[in-house]
Amino acid sequence: MIDAVGNPQSLLLLGGSSEIGIAVAAKFATVRPLRVVLAGRPGARLDAAADRLRTNGCTVSVLPFDARQPDTHVEVVEKAFADGDIDVTVVAFGVLGDQEAAWTDVAVARELAEVNYVGAVTVGVALAERLRRQGHGSLVALSTVAAERPRRSNFVYGSTKAGLDSFYTGLTEALRPSGVRVSVVRPGFVHTRMTEGMKAAPLSQTAAQVADVVVDTIRNGREQAWAPSQLRWVMSVLRHLPRAVFRRLPV
Amino acid sequence: MERGHGGLTLLNGWGRTAPTAATVITATNPDDVVSAIRSAGQRGVVARGLGRSYGDPAQNSGGLVIDMTGMDRIHDVDIAAATVTADAGVSLDTLMRRLLPDGLWLPVLPGTRQVIVGGAIGSDVHGKAHHVAGSFGNHVVSMDLATADGEVRTLTPDGEQAELFWATVGGMGLTGVVLRATLHLDRVESAYFVVDTEQVDNLDDLMARQSVGDENYVESVSWFDAVTTGPHLGRGILTRANHARVDDLPAKLRHTPLKFDAPQLLTVPDVFPPGMLNRVTARIFSELWYRKSPTKAGAVQNITQFLHPLDIVGEWNRAYGPRGFLQYQFVVPFGAEDTIRQAVHLIAHSGHVSALNVLKRFGAGNRAPMSFPMPGWTLCVDFPVRPGLHELCARLDDLVLAAGGRLYLAKESRTTADALHRMYPRIDEWRKVRATVDPAGMFRSDMSRRLAL
Repeated sequence: MIDAVGNPQSLLLLGGSSEIGIAVAAKFATVRPLRVVLAGRPGARLDAAADRLRTNGCTVSVLPFDARQPDTHVEVVEKAFADGDIDVTVVAFGVLGDQEAAWTDVAVARELAEVNYVGAVTVGVALAERLRRQGHGSLVALSTVAAERPRRSNFVYGSTKAGLDSFYTGLTEALRPSGVRVSVVRPGFVHTRMTEGMKAAPLSQTAAQVADVVVDTIRNGREQAWAPSQLRWVMSVLRHLPRAVFRRLPV
Repeated sequence: MERGHGGLTLLNGWGRTAPTAATVITATNPDDVVSAIRSAGQRGVVARGLGRSYGDPAQNSGGLVIDMTGMDRIHDVDIAAATVTADAGVSLDTLMRRLLPDGLWLPVLPGTRQVIVGGAIGSDVHGKAHHVAGSFGNHVVSMDLATADGEVRTLTPDGEQAELFWATVGGMGLTGVVLRATLHLDRVESAYFVVDTEQVDNLDDLMARQSVGDENYVESVSWFDAVTTGPHLGRGILTRANHARVDDLPAKLRHTPLKFDAPQLLTVPDVFPPGMLNRVTARIFSELWYRKSPTKAGAVQNITQFLHPLDIVGEWNRAYGPRGFLQYQFVVPFGAEDTIRQAVHLIAHSGHVSALNVLKRFGAGNRAPMSFPMPGWTLCVDFPVRPGLHELCARLDDLVLAAGGRLYLAKESRTTADALHRMYPRIDEWRKVRATVDPAGMFRSDMSRRLAL
């Protein structure tokens, strides 16, 4: 159960080696150690994530999960809840890919769509059912500001995340009467493996900074948040710019 | 309560901090309760009354919650024996209104009358009379308990099933559902108190004065200032009172001495932004509250003025804003006075503000393994939920644990299972009784999940 001051006792991370996701678990653990289920592709990265959280005092279990196998998602979610209620679930998996390949190569485009959108939806449906039965819990989906207005430079990625964003925004309303809180967090540029070697955009963040926003969002029961928070207003302006102006911007 | 779709209802405690969804069944008779228990699924069932517990003992996410307020009949008032038999869903307010005209008085009244008999037993509530009257369970002559097997058992404090009786007192509804109870009452001549008030300008003095002469009063409690620091740290108002006899009353009250006048003057609207209670408003409140009660002996006050000033205002918890608040109440044994000092110091310097602060000396505890009161000092404060509150409460937990004290489950909403288990050394004894009467763990609540009760 999440207590009166917002401390969860358990957390499920889908995308078990996501740097932001792990930082969220670590941040909660600095206040009070908790039980963590890491669902991700088995391998050295997942094991390292588990070890890191164990050193933070967490009880960690690892669960094989592949976002590109939607038929397995119901089973994965059932397994994740096998040891008891899950108070916080973070949907943190996703791929960025080569953006030029993404709109010219069918296989690359398909991978982005399957992981970032289809996988997020199938997992979301399975989670919704489980959380509804549980009658409580917090579910956070990591979206992106790129979901708010497509840009020439990464519109395939942006389009998949726009789908995720809409799905989880709608899920917020659908699950509200069941005592389950769904939040969508939209980071800007984050320094992670995913963006390694890329030129950082203004207002760029570290995974730990985004995790602070995620934890704050859960604690305060907010339904959407931007990381950093100023991006909310930046994006609000950008969304309303005429295309002729927007395409000339160096963003 | 907020009704949702699909028969689900969002429930929270009085602190409005952790809402969860459950299926609520309203019971109007014992059969309703028994059939609800029989229909409970994997997520179990728990009873709920007027929702005055601050945390989560009367919510059961994903499971069943039995609304007991529909079981509201007073069956029998025996004036000669000074007892009353009532359904578990009758509120203490209703009981008091029925009993006072006959000169009968509930010996234990908590800070609000808006609690039901079942909840008063489950939390083993106490009041300002604890030093002489003990807690609610001490006055229960018998009770009917619906247990997990669907049976209804009549329990008495010294009968064959005394263990189950005392596990139910303070058992937070986790042994079964109390259906009705017979309570032993006191007798009074009037509905008024003769109140002695002392304004004391620092904590040490306040505690010293409270330590002398408490036994001469039926009711005794201090309010203290948890904002002011420095030499006046923990200044406060000690109020102690006895029931007024007819002779004590002014002439105009003498012909209707048992008239009970308890208006609810206003209901707080649900419009307050977070942060209404802050350092500035708390400072103003504390100053006014301190100044309004100069030292005075022998004032005649009515029940609401003396016992339940907050009952004048409906839904006052809304004033804390949408993020809610928590009450932190602990007891430490006599000899640990320094813990009280450290706690008040810690709170006053924490930046977290509390306006409704209570300090009281408890008398002897009772036989219930999970009952809160024990001989010692109890301190209660309430904080709006803000960042950093966890850290303050965790430090207070450490102080309480080090002094061999404990937290009150009716107020609790954020400690750890480990801390709670160390605070209640007889918890295993209680769990054994519970495991016998409810082997499948049918009776569950969000609190029982959170604290692994």
